[in-house]
Amino acid sequence: MATTVKPAIKFDQIQFKEGTLNSNVPEGPIQQIWDQYKFDMKLVNPANKRKFTVIVVGSGLAGGSASATMGELGYNVECYCYQDSPRRAHSVAAQGGINAAKNYQNDGDSIFRLFYDTVKGGDYRSREANVYRLAQVSNNIIDQCAAQGVPFAREYGGMLDNRSFGGAQVSRTFYARGQTGQQLLLGAYQALSRQIAAGKVRMHTRKEMLDLVIINGRARGIITRDMVTGKIERHLADAVVLATGGYGNVFYLSTNAKGCNATAIWRAYKRGAFFANPCFTQIHPTCIPPAGEHQSKLTLMSESLRNDGRIWVPKNKGETRRARDIPEAERNYYLEVKYPSFGNLVPRDVASRNAKTVVDDGYGVGEQKNGVYLDFSEAIGRLGKQVVKDRYGNLFDMYTSITGEDPYDVPMRIYPAVHYTMGGLWVDYNLQSTIPGLFVIGEANFSDHGANRLGASALMQGLADGYFILPYTIGNYLAQAKLDAVDTSHDAFNEAEGGVNDKIAQLLSINGKSTVDTLHRELGRALWDYCGMARNEAGLKKALEIIPQIRQEFWENVNVPGSAEDLNQALEKAGRVADFLELGELICLDALNRSESCGGHFREESQTDEGEALRDDENFSYVSAWQYAGNEAAPILNKEPLTFEYVKLTQRSYK
Amino acid sequence: MNLTLRIWRQKSKGASGQFASYPISDVSPDSSFLEMLDLLNEELMNKGEEPIAFDHDCREGICGMCSMVINGVAHGQDREPVKQVTVCQLHMRRFKDGETITIEPWRAQAFPVLRDLIVDRTSFDHIIQAGGFISVGTGSAPDANSLPIPKSKADYSMDAAACIGCGACVAACPNASAMLFTSAKIAHLNALPQGQTERYQRVVNMVTVMDHEMFGNCTNIGECAAVCPKEISLDFIANLNRDMMVASFQGVTPTVSLNGANK
Repeated sequence: MATTVKPAIKFDQIQFKEGTLNSNVPEGPIQQIWDQYKFDMKLVNPANKRKFTVIVVGSGLAGGSASATMGELGYNVECYCYQDSPRRAHSVAAQGGINAAKNYQNDGDSIFRLFYDTVKGGDYRSREANVYRLAQVSNNIIDQCAAQGVPFAREYGGMLDNRSFGGAQVSRTFYARGQTGQQLLLGAYQALSRQIAAGKVRMHTRKEMLDLVIINGRARGIITRDMVTGKIERHLADAVVLATGGYGNVFYLSTNAKGCNATAIWRAYKRGAFFANPCFTQIHPTCIPPAGEHQSKLTLMSESLRNDGRIWVPKNKGETRRARDIPEAERNYYLEVKYPSFGNLVPRDVASRNAKTVVDDGYGVGEQKNGVYLDFSEAIGRLGKQVVKDRYGNLFDMYTSITGEDPYDVPMRIYPAVHYTMGGLWVDYNLQSTIPGLFVIGEANFSDHGANRLGASALMQGLADGYFILPYTIGNYLAQAKLDAVDTSHDAFNEAEGGVNDKIAQLLSINGKSTVDTLHRELGRALWDYCGMARNEAGLKKALEIIPQIRQEFWENVNVPGSAEDLNQALEKAGRVADFLELGELICLDALNRSESCGGHFREESQTDEGEALRDDENFSYVSAWQYAGNEAAPILNKEPLTFEYVKLTQRSYK
Repeated sequence: MNLTLRIWRQKSKGASGQFASYPISDVSPDSSFLEMLDLLNEELMNKGEEPIAFDHDCREGICGMCSMVINGVAHGQDREPVKQVTVCQLHMRRFKDGETITIEPWRAQAFPVLRDLIVDRTSFDHIIQAGGFISVGTGSAPDANSLPIPKSKADYSMDAAACIGCGACVAACPNASAMLFTSAKIAHLNALPQGQTERYQRVVNMVTVMDHEMFGNCTNIGECAAVCPKEISLDFIANLNRDMMVASFQGVTPTVSLNGANK
């Protein structure tokens, strides 16, 4: 029964493969590909749609919108989430906004410009055709959400308001106070609720996917655990959609919700779905710094704060005066000095790295010297307190309740934190993984953000995939797939359920001395230190030694109390951390392989004279898609070459 | 800080429960209430005991998952003049060293306890499924700016839409009424021009399911708004009643199916 602990992967044993991946991007001018493809794809006729069942795992912006839309189309949808309601998925926490190329502000925006900014912002490591399609459907999303009753911010004339965001020189971001993610999610949740009432979507809450079932090479079902009764269940479908979000919690401390996990995508990886660019993780520049060891998660302060807040540190090391007692001349507004044209609105990776540099150099502020100031005194003087309150009131309240400090009075303290993962399961133009019938949408896939995601683009991508892309491409698959008539007594279900039960039994039988959180914290510390904002060869090799040791310790000495037949939160957590302990290693492996810097992946060995990320387009203009090759073997690295026909490769500069 | 915690322990739905006392020491005043419970759970697990089960997720006050009554107050923050927050945003600096803190789950017939501090709130989802939406299929929307909405209306709608569905309003209400929750969704949608077509059917259907789910009646006590972490106003309940009255004059009857809506 006992699975042997996965041994450490040796970097020099990795095999490389090229030409194995087909992105399935149709031929043609980029402006016309999607429209033409929508016509070329096979359709399932309305009377036949009800004969197909689709499993959707996850109920956030991507999963919720996909389930609702497929339900409207007539498919039978089975939607699963680990929360007690689909309204709680972590998309709810996105604050700042959602981009669209509406050009309502008449400031020169266009679909092409949004496409261009996203490819450039991603530091040229995304697939052009996917990004162009994303920019195209961005406008439909705003229309759809407004029609659903999402209360977007408006101007006095009744038109929609926009704000600007990092990495763009136009105002294209739509928002609903500081709760845009919540309002968009409620829109999707409401559409989903309508389909649940109509009987087209069956919602399964407090159910966690623990394995993927593949029959004759196609994804045909999942194994879940009922988190209340502990019951392990089998579910059969004609296609499976994973919309399970990112894997940022591998770092232990992140802005993700505590329950966010990589188990669904990691199980799929071990069943044959390739994992792309795992090392592309985004560190968000504006979070509240940790207050001490007890810290369980980090809270993000929306990037939109950088519109009006000015970032600075004292010019003197070891400054002890309070912020307001430090005269202007002794403050270092380092982003405004270094990047005069973008100033405080440089992209996230640039802002984060600069904060790290000043803190590492000893200019950090706050009791733990682990932050930089984000100061609103100039904005309050220019706009008045009320305007600032209207724009950011709820964020300021949140800051006050967490830190006990009032940002109207003293500057906020901020520091970068893990926030988003650009990497994820590899998908082609159809959002289909390397397993036929397994589709991956939203943050769980790798497709649109390259090596760095721009602000207000995550909500856009989740909804684009769920409302406007997947419902088309999945039809194309279902119309052509000749699926075998099988049921849940198939051997593949027996094998998958057996594996799930064995793993649970094993976790409960170790009875060691370490808690899951302790080991998770150790994993997070290793990743943050060696595979965080800056990475180098020696550090990554060290992490690749440490992580297998933690994994060994976990499987020999973890303590998971309780039973399998109960609501058991310790068991849930243990299963997720067991997967993180394997994923963390793959992240470091990928970071070690990619010896260039790009976007959020900063290799210290590869930087410009000015300390900016220096790409190596000749050797690394590809997607790293990792293929599982068994418990003992090193994974295989498949390369999908990236070509840029429409956005010229340039060194990013935000000077 | 050193504290004594009195916590409700209940093995499963329908099982009988009781309070158990746990001393806890060396709590940082900067830690959050849930981080304090994390610390307790680590200690319990190190002693080989089962940890306290509690719902939590985003830990930034927006997902609505966390839910506990602390010293008799839903979400626990009863100390003026600080604004109401969710439990996850409550920090230990709000408590005194040496204090005894009592922690209970939401208590309402419509929210059965599943284990310890965790309750089942699917009854809220059923209320939304009855009409808490605007029926617009994907792809059928006109250009977003083709329908201007006065800023004041959009703001009012947003005030109501801020509800996180945590259920504190129900837990605080002596009648366990869900009127604040239900009225907030109705106000959010009924305030907007997009929501007019289904306005009266919506209110009738949602109230029908709300009653069916065993929530109590509203007797204008106002405890709900007092504990609401998102400051949802009692005015929305008045609006709901107004729309209900208009609907009854119009002879609107429920069209919602109650089969399966009830647990």
